[in-house]
Amino acid sequence: MDESVTVLKRIEEALPEAAVSRVINPSPSGQHSLLVEPKDLLAVARFLRDDPQLGYDFLSNLTGVDWLDRTVKNKVKKIEIREGEETEVDVVEEQQIPGCLEVVFHLYSLSRKQGPLILRTRTVNRTDRVALPSLVSVWRSAEFQEREVYDLYGVVFEGHPDLRRLLMWDEFEDHPMRKDYIEPDDYEYEPTPHGRVLEKLDRS
Amino acid sequence: MTEGLHGELQKHGVFTTTLEGIHNWGRRNSVWPLQFGLACCAIEMIATSMARYDLARFGAEVFRPSPRQADLMIVAGTVTKKMAPQVVRLYNQMPEPKYVIAMGACAISGGPFKQGYNVLKGIDRFLPVDVHIPGCPPRPEALLHAFMTLQRQIDRQKLTGDERPRHLRAEAPSEYPVPQFGKKDLTPGKNAAVWSPPVSTRSG
Repeated sequence: MDESVTVLKRIEEALPEAAVSRVINPSPSGQHSLLVEPKDLLAVARFLRDDPQLGYDFLSNLTGVDWLDRTVKNKVKKIEIREGEETEVDVVEEQQIPGCLEVVFHLYSLSRKQGPLILRTRTVNRTDRVALPSLVSVWRSAEFQEREVYDLYGVVFEGHPDLRRLLMWDEFEDHPMRKDYIEPDDYEYEPTPHGRVLEKLDRS
Repeated sequence: MTEGLHGELQKHGVFTTTLEGIHNWGRRNSVWPLQFGLACCAIEMIATSMARYDLARFGAEVFRPSPRQADLMIVAGTVTKKMAPQVVRLYNQMPEPKYVIAMGACAISGGPFKQGYNVLKGIDRFLPVDVHIPGCPPRPEALLHAFMTLQRQIDRQKLTGDERPRHLRAEAPSEYPVPQFGKKDLTPGKNAAVWSPPVSTRSG
């Protein structure tokens, strides 16, 4: 059985109040993951590490994803009355999904030789409510990776012992891995100009 | 003195030279590089200094750990924007006469990271580069070729006159401004005194 199913069942037994749901990966790899609400993240992480049946003692990877605001078009079949008859009509419904920043954890259990278990958690939005609980107290290897996610995506990890930028300099004021990042315009010469350089030449 | 007289005297055990000739001969055969590497090009630089390629044949085996004792800066690898001020600072600490070899695609142009947000698009924006080596990374033979090119350049230097090199001209700069970390990019992003890119044209 899929690992995420058994782990989810175990979490539901032990922490009934925790809001955890399964995110289905539709691709052939089928790496399904668990989406945890930020308020329950610390408790769920502790449980995953300390539970003798699970024992996820190794945080292999911690990374970020930037989700922009997006609209998803769903085709829905509806029954309409046309010319006195009921007919089935395809109606396209647009669904607005607000953007957020997501943090993804890849957990392994070295004692049980199991993994990866993929854990996700999402911020409320992309602009001002970007805080998530830090997992440094659970897995020490989260420290630098959380600093990197803070640097490149702007997720603020509450409870991190030393939350500074890791790769960019301290004076830098943006998050380069965000999808709306605009890189500095220092692109002046190409030996074989093409694309954006030619557009710039046309403007000047 | 003609070439013929020079040869004739040498047959009789009398060696004649010019001050310029012996000065350049001495300096080109004892160029001491600064011992630092920035990325994978440094591995090739290390290989060049080892027995198989043997940079010692050119009098350059003494990699100095201190910039105060070095004549040559081999910029071997990717210069990130965070590292660029330190590279310029190291160059400023070297005594004159000093030379720069930009080794590899990253050091000469930013290489595969040119369109990225955190890599300098060539160290020649801040430092006067004497020899550029393309390659990713260049083979040790390419570094040896660059080194021999530098030796020929030193051999051609004049002690007097208008063509004398930078370190013999009092008004020429010995230090170059260190870029500062800005909110978006390095400030200034380039040193106009050393970096003058050709103008791109549409027809080219």
